This record gives sequence, structure tokens and C-alpha cells, in this order.
Amino acid sequence: MGANQAHEHAEGGSRLYLIVWGGLLGLTLVEVFLAYVHLPVNTMLVLLMGLSVIKAALIIAYFMHLRFERFNLFLVLVPMWILVTCLLFMFFPDSFRLQEFRFPR
Amino acid sequence: MATIETGGTTTSVWGGGASPFAIPSKKLGMWLFIVSDALTFSALLIAYSYSRVASADWPLPFHFWPSIVVASVMTFCLLSSSVTMVMAVAAAKQGRVGATVNWLLATMLGGVAFIILHANEWRTLIGEGLRPFDNPWGSPLFGATFFTCTGLHMLHVTIGVIVLGVMAIGFKKGRYPADYVEISGLYWHFVDLVWMFIFPLIYLMSVPLEH
Repeated sequence: MGANQAHEHAEGGSRLYLIVWGGLLGLTLVEVFLAYVHLPVNTMLVLLMGLSVIKAALIIAYFMHLRFERFNLFLVLVPMWILVTCLLFMFFPDSFRLQEFRFPR
Repeated sequence: MATIETGGTTTSVWGGGASPFAIPSKKLGMWLFIVSDALTFSALLIAYSYSRVASADWPLPFHFWPSIVVASVMTFCLLSSSVTMVMAVAAAKQGRVGATVNWLLATMLGGVAFIILHANEWRTLIGEGLRPFDNPWGSPLFGATFFTCTGLHMLHVTIGVIVLGVMAIGFKKGRYPADYVEISGLYWHFVDLVWMFIFPLIYLMSVPLEH
């Protein structure tokens, strides 16, 4: 039983999960607040996405337990995930010139 | 190279018969599914952003009341259901069947609350004239991207609630091991994670700045 408790302690237990939950709720409130501060759209996008990536990292690390898995698993999943997501943006700059191709109304 | 000790002899972990990630194969399968599903949602959200940047008259129909407040409450429902899911997994690992089923039911309740609020929002927007290829406010692409992104996410939540129900029954009857609860928990947290991107990109970035 002692080893089991030590294991439980190493993985945080319910207090850690409640702290993460509070952090996630707090970050959500910050996001809602930011939406009503009149910032330039690009600044707001960067701030909102930055906060969302932090929230996603918290969920993956603690709720989905990846922080307590072997580092192997992290290396197999996360770098590929980030790389492919970045590759999806490859054609995005095209959207900036589409409006110039419209027929004038 | 990483090696393991097996009864005095040292063999490579990649030689077969070992589990290099030290997780059940079903859990690895769920992780790989989650990454590929995450890329699907990334593609949809990037398509949404692309359409938005390329359109001159993107509609901004999400006012503080009811849209932003209700979407924040929906975020709260999903985040809280993630915590109850974690508790269900912890209870399942300790073999406490009754507690596991109760936490799973609480998780399902959060999911159902999310679905009801979301469906009600869809109903309101459809009542205001929003259609997949038409709306009274501006670019018709808004409806297509909104219904696709939130619809696919709502489908995931619905499937998640059904899966958790099956898990609760199976775990209670002793048919499923605790690992199954943990693996369906991974899926549930992923659904939560996707909403963490849909909420700012679709709702918060569409707040009208006229007040």
C-alpha cells in the first residue's frame, strides 16, 4: 500500500487536478475579458491563441496525464502534432490576396 | 539505446515483447486517434480563419448576452466535466465501482448540459435566419464554417456522452477494466481541449466592438 500511495503522490492526486481546473477557469475569464478590451485584431489573436495553447498544454499534461507518461510517448506524439499543424498554415497567405480577385460589385 | 533487464539477460526494448511506452496498446491507439482528430479540427479552424480573412463582410453576431455568457457557461461545463472525469479515472484505478459510476454520471451531466445549451444557441441563430449558405448579416461562408466547426465538435461531445454511458454500465458489471475508463477519459479531455480553441476563435473573435 505504501508504494501505491507514493505513486499516487507523484502523480498529484485530486488537489493538483482542482488547482489545474481553477487555472483553466481563470485563463478562460482572462480570455473573455480580453475580448472586450479594444485591442488591434492581430494583438488580440496572438494573446487569445497564446492563452489557448497554455490551456491545451495544461489539459494534455495533467488531465490527459502525458506529463506522467514516459518521455518516449511525448516525443512520438507532440513534435509531429505541432509540425503538421504548422504545415497546415502553408497555404494561408493566399487568403490575404483573395479579395483583390473579386469582381467589383 | 534503452535496454531492459529480463531475468539476468539484457535485451533491447525494440526487440519485441516489450512495451516501449509502458502503456496498453489501446491507450496508444487512442492517443494516435486523438492526434489525427486534432489535425482534422485544426484544418477546419484554419479553413474558418482563411474564409474569414478572405471575406470583406464577415458577420459578428455574438453579443455579450446571450452568446458570450452562454458560451462561457458551456466552457465551464466542459472544464468541470473534465475534472469529474479525472476523478472517475482515479476511482476506477482504486477499484471503487460506485464512485466511478457516480463520477462518470457527473461527467455525462456536464456533457449533456453543454449539448443542450449549444443546441439552444443553434436554434436561436437559425431562428434569426442563419443558414449554412446564407445569412442576413454578411458573408454566407459564416454559416458554413460555424455549423461545420461547432457541429463536428457537438457530434464529438454526443459520442463522448454515449461512450461514457457504455463505460459506466460495463464497469459496473465488471466487464471493462479500469484502463477502459482511463482511455475513454482521454477522449473526453480531448473534446474539452478542442473547445478551448473553438471558443476564442469563433466566439471571442466575433464580439462586435460597437458598445
